[in-house]
Amino acid sequence: MFILIVGAGRVGSAVAKSALAAGHEVSVLDEDPLSHERLDAGQSKSWEDADGQFTVGTALETDALIQAGIERADVFIASTAGDNTNLIIAQIAQKRFGVEKAIVRVMDPARAGWYGEQGLHTISPTQHAIEMFERALQPELA
Amino acid sequence: MYAIIVGAGKVGRNLARELIIKGHEVSLIESSRSCYLAIEEEFEHAAQYGDATELWVLERSGIQRADLVVAVTGDDEDNMLVCQVAKEKYLCDRIIARVNNPRNHDHFRLLGIQPAVSATDLILRLIEHEVPRYGLVHLLALEEERLEIIELEVSSDAPTVGERVSEIRLPEGALIISVLRDGSGFVPKPDTVIEAGDEVLLVLDPGLEEAITAYFAPDGQPSVP
Repeated sequence: MFILIVGAGRVGSAVAKSALAAGHEVSVLDEDPLSHERLDAGQSKSWEDADGQFTVGTALETDALIQAGIERADVFIASTAGDNTNLIIAQIAQKRFGVEKAIVRVMDPARAGWYGEQGLHTISPTQHAIEMFERALQPELA
Repeated sequence: MYAIIVGAGKVGRNLARELIIKGHEVSLIESSRSCYLAIEEEFEHAAQYGDATELWVLERSGIQRADLVVAVTGDDEDNMLVCQVAKEKYLCDRIIARVNNPRNHDHFRLLGIQPAVSATDLILRLIEHEVPRYGLVHLLALEEERLEIIELEVSSDAPTVGERVSEIRLPEGALIISVLRDGSGFVPKPDTVIEAGDEVLLVLDPGLEEAITAYFAPDGQPSVP
């Protein structure tokens, strides 16, 4: 499968590495050239030597998306630092480029909830953290 | 009318002022604390502090009863998100978005966020209008209404030079509405003769620009003095 990941922070780069290791074709787009280092960190081969792709650009630039291979992407992952950026680019990936599956990181549980109802696959780390805290507190609350 | 304006920069503040003067109810939402404190003195309770891309901030400002939501922050993603949520979640009748980067215009259109106004585009057009011998200038384009007004400088080799307006057979959907000659404009009569160096203003259906250019500036280049 061809997976395009926009935003190579902690989450994006880790998912990129594991997807590549699992045998998928992986392309990463990030506006910061330095984020490439996160893809190399802890690996025996460099990202490119391991057949990963890396493009510098912002996700609202259509040219950058096309250069990163969005037209043949099977999966699109939006994991930049901005909730609104992620929600917008995931919709562009689906509506403009017809990417079948778009997964979006949304820190705000409220926005994640509503856009989830509209058919986007949203993941809210904040919501997960809340639930884990509540579970950890359960013995004390009981 | 109740209007929510998101982003209290120059555009947001001036728009809020205008609407309040006209007797409308306004909420002006600003996410920067320092900017909010600056506008609060002037706008008092109409000024609200918060990130309007947070749903609870919109709800606190009463988006359920808003007649108009205007997103004019400096961030295109924020403007798109506010308008999309206002339109699709809160079923607000009218939205207006500001486009900061003209290259993002397509994204606004794709997500159904219309009208989307780009100040950069508008300023560019005004400047093009002021620059002599620029060729074709788009003065106005109303996409929803499918209406365009363009300005063309007539080149010396144009087939229309020396013709009366009544003799020029333009494609359907195009009309000459004004001629600018020697620094002043006038509405042409049927017997007005087109001269090289005239600037003609036409109203037309979108998509006719190329066909029309062939009538007035066939090589695509404005006339050389």
